[in-house]
Amino acid sequence: MRSPETGRTPRTLADHAPVIYPALMLLVFFVVPFGIMLTISFFERVPGGFYQPTFTLDNYGRFLSAFFGNVLGFSLGLSALAAVICVGLGFPFTYLLTRLARKRQILWLVFLLSVLSLSEVIVGFAWSTLLSRSAGLSNLLVAAGLLEQPESWSPGFAALLIGMCYLAFPYTVLLLYPTLVRLDRELVEAAMTMGASPLRAFFTVVIGASRNAILSGLILAFVFTLGIYLLPQLLGRPQHWTISVMITDQAVFQSNLPFGAAMALFLMLVSLSLVGLTLLLGRRKAA
Amino acid sequence: MSDLRLESIVKRFGAVTAVDHVDLTVPQGRFVCLLGPSGCGKTTLLRMIAGLEAPSDGRLILDGEDITAQPVHRRGFGMVFQSLALFPHLTVAENVAYALSIRGADKAAQRARVMELLELIQLPDIAERQVSQLSGGQRQRVAIARALAVDPRLFLLDEPLSALDAKLREALQVELRLLQRRLGVTTILVTHDQREAMTMADSIVVMDRGQVQQSGSPLEIYRNPANAFVADFIGTSNLLDGRARGAGRIELPGGEVVAPGGPESGAVTASIRPEDLRLSAGVPAGANCLSGEVVFVRDVGQTVETHVDCAGQRLVAVAIPEGDPPFSSGDRVAVELPAEAIVVFPA
Repeated sequence: MRSPETGRTPRTLADHAPVIYPALMLLVFFVVPFGIMLTISFFERVPGGFYQPTFTLDNYGRFLSAFFGNVLGFSLGLSALAAVICVGLGFPFTYLLTRLARKRQILWLVFLLSVLSLSEVIVGFAWSTLLSRSAGLSNLLVAAGLLEQPESWSPGFAALLIGMCYLAFPYTVLLLYPTLVRLDRELVEAAMTMGASPLRAFFTVVIGASRNAILSGLILAFVFTLGIYLLPQLLGRPQHWTISVMITDQAVFQSNLPFGAAMALFLMLVSLSLVGLTLLLGRRKAA
Repeated sequence: MSDLRLESIVKRFGAVTAVDHVDLTVPQGRFVCLLGPSGCGKTTLLRMIAGLEAPSDGRLILDGEDITAQPVHRRGFGMVFQSLALFPHLTVAENVAYALSIRGADKAAQRARVMELLELIQLPDIAERQVSQLSGGQRQRVAIARALAVDPRLFLLDEPLSALDAKLREALQVELRLLQRRLGVTTILVTHDQREAMTMADSIVVMDRGQVQQSGSPLEIYRNPANAFVADFIGTSNLLDGRARGAGRIELPGGEVVAPGGPESGAVTASIRPEDLRLSAGVPAGANCLSGEVVFVRDVGQTVETHVDCAGQRLVAVAIPEGDPPFSSGDRVAVELPAEAIVVFPA
């Protein structure tokens, strides 16, 4: 590749220097661990022991069962739903946030950032308490006369979904914020002078002009929630356990690192191809 | 008649009064420029006409109908914004067709109208381009076409040419004026550039500190400024402090001049355009002549600008060079101020 400034191909060591540091970082922290995992995924588990080097595709073969297929489908569906909810709630939230005075915006952003300091475990236990029968939110509804008696909402699918969205929401907002804060307000005003009601202007102009940010938000929330492995055990029933739970279970509790690695790789390939597909569709629409 | 009438329009932002009791009538088909320095309230006034801001007080009347409370999207005006506000996610054709698609026009009608508008702005081949692929001048024209798509009752422009370089700006000023004349659409343009206003407008409204200082045709404002602010803001003027002595006599630091039409007594400001001053070598002889010394000469070929010091007040004279060499610094000169060229205001 030619350098845009000098128009010549980099030759000397000095020419390559700027990329050495990032290349080294990528190698040490990404390529090497990934290579180790890839290698292990072809190894064989030793019952009662750890694993031994060999080349087998059994780990991948085991995966092609109805059971794991269902788990994978459920995981992808759950993450997709959580991503849609996060962006669906986060986009109008962020848009309204950017209309506030600067000081208030910062207050909200600091609050959102502080939510990020909560660990998955704390968030999981907090929600399981909030959704419980004995001390949960349903008691408030009973007090308000909307409910006959307190109900238990956790564990369950809704509880799990709420927990996942709670974790991914701040990231979604932080990703949408830079685009929306830079959005030219005159775009909306222009749409309104041309006859669009405020709501119509929001849908045709604000959303349209932020299409790329929305797409990135969806991908981020999707990939992020796909990796959550504690919440399904805290807020879900066994049928809600995701592929990440299975991977943890295999790698940590069943001492089957090769199978865990194979599942992790498979999950990565599937989610990468989904992300790629989304980007492809987005680009076609933009062109 | 489709006249726009502003009745005592006021806009306050907290303790600041941005627009202070403006009365204005814009007759059908006219091109009016709101002209003033930044912060004079001209953009706020335009935004109130568009419906993007609600007046604190006063009424807006269009065709005898009170539109003060009508929301912006029901007014049916076309507006070109300072940032142009072209939609970055839509093509040129989709941008121009936006107002039509909001109104639910069918695709074929939209297409036909878009092509007609692109012909009008002399860019028939750019319909499928992305906004980011356009040059500054092309964007400008597309924004104008988009605002004209539904035959607006009022065409509003907020400093639309300010981002362009000088040459392109001057060309587009003429183009825009010709377009407006052809379509006959009532137009209000906001600008801080007096040359732009004088190029395009049927009438100019000069604003300062939220108030209308003067309104009238460009020449009228140039020839008969209502006060020192207008005299100084429109073109350049020599403003001289003096005292009125009755019967049109004005006492200036370097001597006395006669200028009819001013106050009979008290402190006054006499205003005269640089091109109206006449310089001659030597000591003054005759009426309305002051004595001075040349301090600086700016000869740019096309015109020659001579700065003269008259008893402590600086006068600038502009002339077209006619062969004889201009004066040089240190020369004693007589400056003639023709009586009919002097405008006198109370100081």
